[in-house]
Amino acid sequence: MGAVINQLPIGLSIAAVLLLIALGLTFTFGQMGVINMAHGEFIMAGAYTAYLLQDWAGRQAVPVALPVAFVVAGLMGLVLERTLIRRFYGRPLDTLLLTWGVSLLLQQLARDLFGAPNVQVRAPEFLEGGLGVLPYNRLFIMALAAGGVLAIWIYLNRTAQGRRMQAVMQNRQLAAVMGIDTGRVDMRTFFIGSGLAGVAGVALTLVGPVGPALGTYYIVDAFLVVVAGGLGALRGAVAAALALGLLNSYAEFWTDASLAKVVVFAAVIAFLQVRPRGLFVLRSRALT
Amino acid sequence: MRKSAWRIGAAIALISAGITGCGASPAGTAGDAASVAGGADTIKVGLLHSLSGTMAISEVTVRDAEMLAVEEINAAGGVLGKKLVPVVEDGASDWPTFAEKATKLIARDRVATVFGGWTSASRKAMLPVFEKRKALLWYPVQYEGLESSPNIFYTGATTNQQIVPALDYLKEQGKKSVFLVGSDYVFPRTANKIIKAYAAANGMKVLGEEYTPLGHTEYGTLVNKVVQARPDAVFNTLNGDSNVAFFKQLKSAGVTAKDMPVMSVSVAEEEVKGIGVDNIAGHLVAWNYYQTTKNAANDKFVAAFKARYGADRVTSDPMEAGYNAVYLWAEAVKKAGSTDVEAVKKAAGGIALDRPEGQVTIDGDNQHMFKTARIGEVEPDGQIKEVWNSGKPIKPDPYLRTYSWAGGLV
Repeated sequence: MGAVINQLPIGLSIAAVLLLIALGLTFTFGQMGVINMAHGEFIMAGAYTAYLLQDWAGRQAVPVALPVAFVVAGLMGLVLERTLIRRFYGRPLDTLLLTWGVSLLLQQLARDLFGAPNVQVRAPEFLEGGLGVLPYNRLFIMALAAGGVLAIWIYLNRTAQGRRMQAVMQNRQLAAVMGIDTGRVDMRTFFIGSGLAGVAGVALTLVGPVGPALGTYYIVDAFLVVVAGGLGALRGAVAAALALGLLNSYAEFWTDASLAKVVVFAAVIAFLQVRPRGLFVLRSRALT
Repeated sequence: MRKSAWRIGAAIALISAGITGCGASPAGTAGDAASVAGGADTIKVGLLHSLSGTMAISEVTVRDAEMLAVEEINAAGGVLGKKLVPVVEDGASDWPTFAEKATKLIARDRVATVFGGWTSASRKAMLPVFEKRKALLWYPVQYEGLESSPNIFYTGATTNQQIVPALDYLKEQGKKSVFLVGSDYVFPRTANKIIKAYAAANGMKVLGEEYTPLGHTEYGTLVNKVVQARPDAVFNTLNGDSNVAFFKQLKSAGVTAKDMPVMSVSVAEEEVKGIGVDNIAGHLVAWNYYQTTKNAANDKFVAAFKARYGADRVTSDPMEAGYNAVYLWAEAVKKAGSTDVEAVKKAAGGIALDRPEGQVTIDGDNQHMFKTARIGEVEPDGQIKEVWNSGKPIKPDPYLRTYSWAGGLV
């Protein structure tokens, strides 16, 4: 019975990881309709940022890298948006192929720059140990996910930029008519979405491998959360991450890891039959 | 719009050609050399490993070691007075690609032999190609046994040279119960079948058996299960990046090597670096070679490898087995006086060389090697300290025919 109770915090911590990797996607996929397969590689870029900062920041590399990785991954996203994706708006299938190619290029680039084997990012001392079944590094990831959600909520609802972003998301043409520079908003959205992936990458160095293929391990889960949550809905992403995290944790506890994956996928497919547009649907009168 | 899309496509194609071009540069030089294996004054050999994709992490290091062996042999005058020309191909972590590239190496490049593969899936994909075309493959990684192709030489350990000694060691240490953790594919599942048969015959309890998909990164639940079961030891057949996640999350759950040592069969020096030595120090591994193995051949290998690839690089068992494979093949060619596959196979049996792991002898019957089993403990400096060895090379027994408890397995 103790084990069943233990699974609750484990499920929550899986949910936190899911939420963290999916937060950025709710922006770029959810709000802009760009199926960005390179999102995983921005996560990887964040992880390698922490690795590189170790030379200078030592064991404090993880906290130091959080803002740096946000900017690094954000700029990578910005460059991708300006040079390539901008030319493919409204053609989701093309962006899928395009960004998948970019993802392969970035993986090989990482392999050439940092070598194929995994590298080590040492966790800071203050994240060693834990509270009962929950290690401090998991609590850190949960706090980061919660902080990320809060920051985005404030940005979207309490700042002029955020409100412009929402306006473009709801009705691009009308927003443009109202004088909003939609191109700038797109750039900003992509910068923030990609930057959040970088932050997730730094956090993931605490629990997972740091190597060129890092992004590929998380990208599918990230899309799962965004699709199940409903495109562009922040609270949808939160609810979906929680549901999938807990489902994953209990399904794995009662069966095994391979079967748990099947259960989660089957649940998402079944759910999308009932609610094809996800948990929360963005109502819009835009002619899209 | 259309035009700019084309330009972008062209740019991507150029960039990717540039990137893959760097990785495969040795292949480029091969094209200029003689086109037939036995022709002129060169002999072509194929190196077929994953240089991209999820397995690149491991296989690139083996390719590096094999290249070093080729270069050393060339510097010493080559084989039969001919220089070896390596033809490098990328298996891309994709099993059909391995079969396709093997066919290309054999049929188009007409290589004398191929050194390649890592996962059992890649070996199983290449096996029919080599058998059908009567060609020769040297496979450098420990594997699950139960195979003996006439067209493959296995220079890594089979189960009775790695898994069985690891179990003997745990038993000797008084470990009465184990928990089995593995990746969900052929090697861990076969290995665990053998482990369960051994345990049943030796009064050891198997408290759990869990598999995770390759590339799995969430081990909270699994660690929870292991902790609840309280085994004396964990037997780990996870492969690839999952090991990093597993050890990090085991450590942060507060499990130490003292209360519950993990015996791993797919974690070597290279993986220890990526896992982070803090997370794995004190745990056990089973191999036939460590960078710290003491003998003259190994001192020479480690020094040459570091000189060639950088002082921060480490050597590991599969790398050493790949390095050996090139030397063993060269020795067989010398003995046969030709690169003809049948002649080389006939000459290979009984060849014994002093290698970095100690003496290695080719068993002509099953084309596996006599190898010394070594159990090691991960040290705080990232190196592995040998804590036990089998004393002498163990005769390979891929079908475990000499073990009474293994009767039901084959």
